[in-house]
Amino acid sequence: MLGRTAQNLFWLSRYIERAENMARMFEVGYRMSLTSRREGGASEHLISMMQAAEVDEGFDAKYKLADVKSVADYMIFDEANPSSVKSCLLAARTNARSVRTALTTEMWESINAAWLEFAAIRPRDISGAKLQELLFWIKQVSHRYRGALLSTFLRDDGYAFSQLGNFVERADNTARILDMKYYVLLPRATMVGGEVDIAQWTMILRAASAHRSYRHVYHDRYKAWNIADYLILRPEMPRSLAFCVDWINRTVHMLEDIYGTRTGAHDAVDAVAELLEGNSVDRIFEYGLHEFLTEFINCNNRITDALAESYNFY
Amino acid sequence: MSATPFDEMHNADGSIRDPYLILEEWLKDQPPQALGLMSADAESLFRRLGITFAVYGSNEGTEKLIPFDIIPRIISALEWRRLSKGIEQRVRALNAFLYDIYHRQEILKAGRVPEKLILNNSAFCPEMMGLDPARGVYSHIIGVDIVRTGPDDFYVLEDNLRTPSGVSYMLENREAMLQLAPELFQRYKVAPVETYPETLRRTMESVAPGGIHGAPNLVVLTPGIYNSAYFEHSFLADQMGAMLCEGQDLFVEGGKVFMRTTTGPERVDVIYRRIDDDFLDPLTFRPDSMLGVPGLFDAYRAGNVTLVNAPGTGIADDKAVYVYVPEIIEFYLGEKALLKNVPTYNCTNADERAYVLEHLEELVVKEVHGSGGYGMLVGPASTKAQREEFRKKILARPDNYIVQPTLALSTCPTFVDRGIAPRHVDLRPYVLVGDDVRITPGGLTRVALKKGSLVVNSSQGGGTKDTWVLED
Repeated sequence: MLGRTAQNLFWLSRYIERAENMARMFEVGYRMSLTSRREGGASEHLISMMQAAEVDEGFDAKYKLADVKSVADYMIFDEANPSSVKSCLLAARTNARSVRTALTTEMWESINAAWLEFAAIRPRDISGAKLQELLFWIKQVSHRYRGALLSTFLRDDGYAFSQLGNFVERADNTARILDMKYYVLLPRATMVGGEVDIAQWTMILRAASAHRSYRHVYHDRYKAWNIADYLILRPEMPRSLAFCVDWINRTVHMLEDIYGTRTGAHDAVDAVAELLEGNSVDRIFEYGLHEFLTEFINCNNRITDALAESYNFY
Repeated sequence: MSATPFDEMHNADGSIRDPYLILEEWLKDQPPQALGLMSADAESLFRRLGITFAVYGSNEGTEKLIPFDIIPRIISALEWRRLSKGIEQRVRALNAFLYDIYHRQEILKAGRVPEKLILNNSAFCPEMMGLDPARGVYSHIIGVDIVRTGPDDFYVLEDNLRTPSGVSYMLENREAMLQLAPELFQRYKVAPVETYPETLRRTMESVAPGGIHGAPNLVVLTPGIYNSAYFEHSFLADQMGAMLCEGQDLFVEGGKVFMRTTTGPERVDVIYRRIDDDFLDPLTFRPDSMLGVPGLFDAYRAGNVTLVNAPGTGIADDKAVYVYVPEIIEFYLGEKALLKNVPTYNCTNADERAYVLEHLEELVVKEVHGSGGYGMLVGPASTKAQREEFRKKILARPDNYIVQPTLALSTCPTFVDRGIAPRHVDLRPYVLVGDDVRITPGGLTRVALKKGSLVVNSSQGGGTKDTWVLED
């Protein structure tokens, strides 16, 4: 496989995952802004969500007021925002076009159809119920692509690079959501969260689509300790750091089996896995949640560099 | 030439020509809305598959669909036998011509083709002198543009020996027809075109350099996703199981070509390149080329890799050389040309030029190096101002233009806004030359969708049709 093909497959999956995450994050901010009864509360929720998504600076440079319309414009439709849903879908399709011969028809069609449908949407037609529908659709795009990947793609090196892109991006996203809100999770004198805390915790869980499954796992009220445990260490939670790293680890071993060699990418993955192995929420809090997450994000980034070096991305 | 163009479907007395009898019946049986619905289905099918081409000079929505017409063009077995014999003769002669031009130049010494026309031609590639491509084949992939003016009158409009495009449309048009009108295929015996990718692979393997163990490594070299024919490049690579590469994916070391893979360098043996000669190798040709591979030509010269098609084939499909093709066929094969050339006026000859300037209204003027329907005057459809412009151009550079009578291209029934109406068509069959000459039965029929228009190029509002060659 060409190094460039491996690179395109890796980024194709990353961009699709990112489009989904952007839709998910926007949905959280949007919902919270709808339910806020405080003066200026709606705008604050949207801004705080954009901070978590790390798109706040770009937004501030372009818009004065954060309301649903301007934030939807920026996060969904604005090509000047490199992380907007539009930019992600376009980048995914450009990557897909470059490696069309490496994709199955089902994968290509899921991306191509998504882009054509999205390009036909006029942003001014999108409000109210239509906006909810659109967010749902964006998540469906990602699920359709992953469904096609999982059920039609040959289990070869191309599959491995696609999976790596997906889980490196997802791990990064979950870590950033946690890091942006790490302070509301820190243990404090009061064990029971106030109203503001609960709202923030809900936001974190919702951003990871974890607010309902949380109940199944913990049978408990929202608690900071549990939330950190759930999104960092729980192996059964599909967006947790542990889950993502487990997949990344398995996938680089698959590459080792296929190519018959261990590379620098394996060392980079080991470094990330070590951060989680045998760790506990208590120890992470003791070490510093923010410090831990910063280290995780840096280590996770190094995987991309190591893959590029080991497998001739260029 | 008759005033009313030849109709592919109807005889002069209005009766249906044999190959179209079943189609005519089928068309009559279709409910009023059916053809419109099929057209829409075809369009969404093509769009979903991403069968698009890019139009240069338009920024937004650069990917366009070539309109597909659902009424097939049908060629009888007998007609096809005649056509394919003529085509085979032509491509054999032109490959022999290329070999000669890049070796002893006998045809120039014999004075059958003017030396100046070849040696001073920008399409002549001096770097190719004395080089021996595998099996002596220069042009492996050829598209011959043919028009028809009567039941037995076929003319070759031009030979495309560089990098002819459009073969993916031939294949996808057939796929679409099979999906849209399967019942027609039960009633007609249509020769398959689906064998093309396999034949292409076989052709490429047959011209691989010697001394390779196992199957040769084939790649398609594309300028990248922004090229107008990128879809075709990826389609062909996929269909024949070759790696689709850009220049940056390949490199030359020790006179050999390698691709950069996830596990390191891998040797490349045959390159179907869809990059023009000038851009192939910045060390030999244009130094500013970002698309090519530095050192590629040296590796080719050393016989370590085969380029399909060879550089320098343009000298054989140059519009100024076109006039000499019947001559070329006689010289190398000792046969009369089976397919006719369109009579062509030479503007550097004072008498002919005078005639041309008198009769611009009836003639077609083509730039010698133009393509895609650009830089062309179609006399009967032109304005006075356009004719005046071309008069000046011809007087300024008579050698830059060839002039031909306006041919009454045959028409084929076509589905348009107001139902079925005749539209002018041409035909591009595809030929593969390696260990043998193989012609895919059919080809790409291009159709001028505007009423009365004779320009079939997709960049000028042309569409395509599936082309059926019937088996006996």
